[in-house]
Amino acid sequence: MTLDQLPIDQKARIVAIDWARLVPEEARRLRALGLDAGALISVSRRGIFGGRDPIAIAIGRMVVAVRRVHAVAIEVEQFHNTASEATPA
Amino acid sequence: MSRPRKIALVGNPNAGKSALFNALTGARQKIANYPGVTVERKSGRLVLPTGEPVELTDLPGAYGLDATSPDEEVTAKVLRGGFAGEAEPDVIVVVLDASNLEQHLVFAQELLALGKPTVIALNMVDLAERDGLVLDPAVLEEELGVRVVPTVAVRRRGLADLGEAMASAETRTPRLGVSEIGETERRVAAHAMAAAAILSETRQRRMHAQLDKVLLHPWLGPVIMMAIFFVMFQAVFAWATPFADGLDAAASWLHDTVKATMPAGLLRDLITDGVIAGVGAVIVFLPQIVILFAFILALEASGYMARAAFLMDRLMALVGLSGRSFIPLLSSFACAIPGIMATRSITDPKDRLTTILIAPMMTCSARMPVYAVIIAAFIPARGVGWGIGLQGLVLFCLFLAGIVGAIVVALVLRSSVTKGAASGFIMELPKYQMPRLKDMAIGLWQRAWIFLRRAGTIIFTVTVVLWVLLNFPQAKPGESQVDASIAGHVANGLAVVVKPIGFNRDMALALIPAMAAREVAVSSLATTYSVDASDDEDQQAADLGTRLRSHWTLPMALAFLAWFVFAPQCMSTIAVTRRETNGWKWPIFMLAYLFGLAYLAAGLTYWLAVWAGL
Repeated sequence: MTLDQLPIDQKARIVAIDWARLVPEEARRLRALGLDAGALISVSRRGIFGGRDPIAIAIGRMVVAVRRVHAVAIEVEQFHNTASEATPA
Repeated sequence: MSRPRKIALVGNPNAGKSALFNALTGARQKIANYPGVTVERKSGRLVLPTGEPVELTDLPGAYGLDATSPDEEVTAKVLRGGFAGEAEPDVIVVVLDASNLEQHLVFAQELLALGKPTVIALNMVDLAERDGLVLDPAVLEEELGVRVVPTVAVRRRGLADLGEAMASAETRTPRLGVSEIGETERRVAAHAMAAAAILSETRQRRMHAQLDKVLLHPWLGPVIMMAIFFVMFQAVFAWATPFADGLDAAASWLHDTVKATMPAGLLRDLITDGVIAGVGAVIVFLPQIVILFAFILALEASGYMARAAFLMDRLMALVGLSGRSFIPLLSSFACAIPGIMATRSITDPKDRLTTILIAPMMTCSARMPVYAVIIAAFIPARGVGWGIGLQGLVLFCLFLAGIVGAIVVALVLRSSVTKGAASGFIMELPKYQMPRLKDMAIGLWQRAWIFLRRAGTIIFTVTVVLWVLLNFPQAKPGESQVDASIAGHVANGLAVVVKPIGFNRDMALALIPAMAAREVAVSSLATTYSVDASDDEDQQAADLGTRLRSHWTLPMALAFLAWFVFAPQCMSTIAVTRRETNGWKWPIFMLAYLFGLAYLAAGLTYWLAVWAGL
């Protein structure tokens, strides 16, 4: 599934990011914030007034705001092992 | 004599770099712009424990040397010695957020690869400990090959050690200094190092995650935000009043004292009616600006501002902007100048330009005196039902007209002049923190000083020039000074232009000095209408309403109000726009389109009101 569909507070791992769908500067900024294949993330808040934009992502000890247009380019898989935090692949 | 060595603080945004800089240099700071760009350059003197004085600079926060914003570009260029007029730093201090090592170590490795003498400040270790994270700096020292000093900038912990490490930075060679590795490898390495440096980590629920659940709640979040900003605006207008009245009284006292002690003549009039009245009219806004900035600095330092940007992003996206534009526009309700300066945090250049161009439409505090006088004179103080007064309703409509105007203009600009890909919104939401009094005091002092310096230079100059234009050539006996003056002649010419929108010559005359600042229109009208009346100055203010009613019709008054919703009559706004956009192109564009809108709005208001028989 893509990040925009991930349930709130569900841990997930980024499988792949479709960089071609993003503006180069935004792609670089996402990568600089650690949003890259292998990263462990969860969605802490999404949208206001019932909308689906923007999205607050918890990554490591940071919270990063992105828009749905970015989230749809981020492929994630749900991650159920809560005992340990794996290193990025 | 050799220059003092240069040490640069560098790190990710939100690493606590500015707090560390404040702690190290105290109030001994110099703030300027880097030449040719609108990025703030902060530097200060620091004496190392060895007695050596050094120059410390606080480089703009960056995520990497591969720049995506003007700030990051400056940091990258300075560090590589490629910034003209800016010496390459001799030593760099990499500031890391101790509780976000796996992220911040990525940039740290890139910095170490520069091969410069480096020291690492493991900052905010107290917040990390609060989150249940205990770190071993020795592990990081071993891995990176440079000194790693734990610091808590706000409590001055570790500062002496850091100074000592800076003095002896040359004796160590960064371990990763030679390896040419890519970002992915650095990320893997950062993760491994962060994991190795963690001695213990308790899994307690972090405070900020819980706060975000409430403050970013889809329904509750916006309500809380509205409440916070409501209190802020109340404070700006209510708390500032006694101080503003005090400053106003001080200016009048100075005015009267100079008038009483100096011999009558042109010089005395220049000092009293020109300098004191003109500069005084602007200084009275200092309390409002200080209070507004106290709120903004506190909200920023606490981490809440980024949340407000998050909550507003959806709305701003409707007009082609992002949540980042919200903070500058909010500040512009007090004054467009700090608002325009705050656009520096917007990474997308077209977003930033659009925000600068629409900021002057937010109803700033300088419009209030104009609105207050005209509304009091022409709008009857009666209710329109549900406890709402007609006067308040008109004022609200004027605020609303500015906001609607800004929305329409933003939409038009984004599809024409500042056309481009829909801007995104990617922003780190920093950890919540208690704002520190010392950092707030330094920030407030810097803002107040910038404001006062401008009042002392630009506004001073303009006031003197306008006074001269109004007083020369001197009137012959029996002729009015206003009619004889250069300004009077200009007003006669201008009156022809503004006649179609219902303005008379006195209104045209008021518009000229109001070019310096909008509120000057009020004092200018008062002066003009007191010429043919008695010379009793105390009567001026009280009777201005009556005099306006005898010279103006209601449609004229409404047109005058509509004019001031849009007219860019503020020298400082034009000056700051020129500085922030690096040229005259955009300030001239801003002047042209806002005067055009003002003309249209005033004309439309006038003829609609006449047609409606008001």
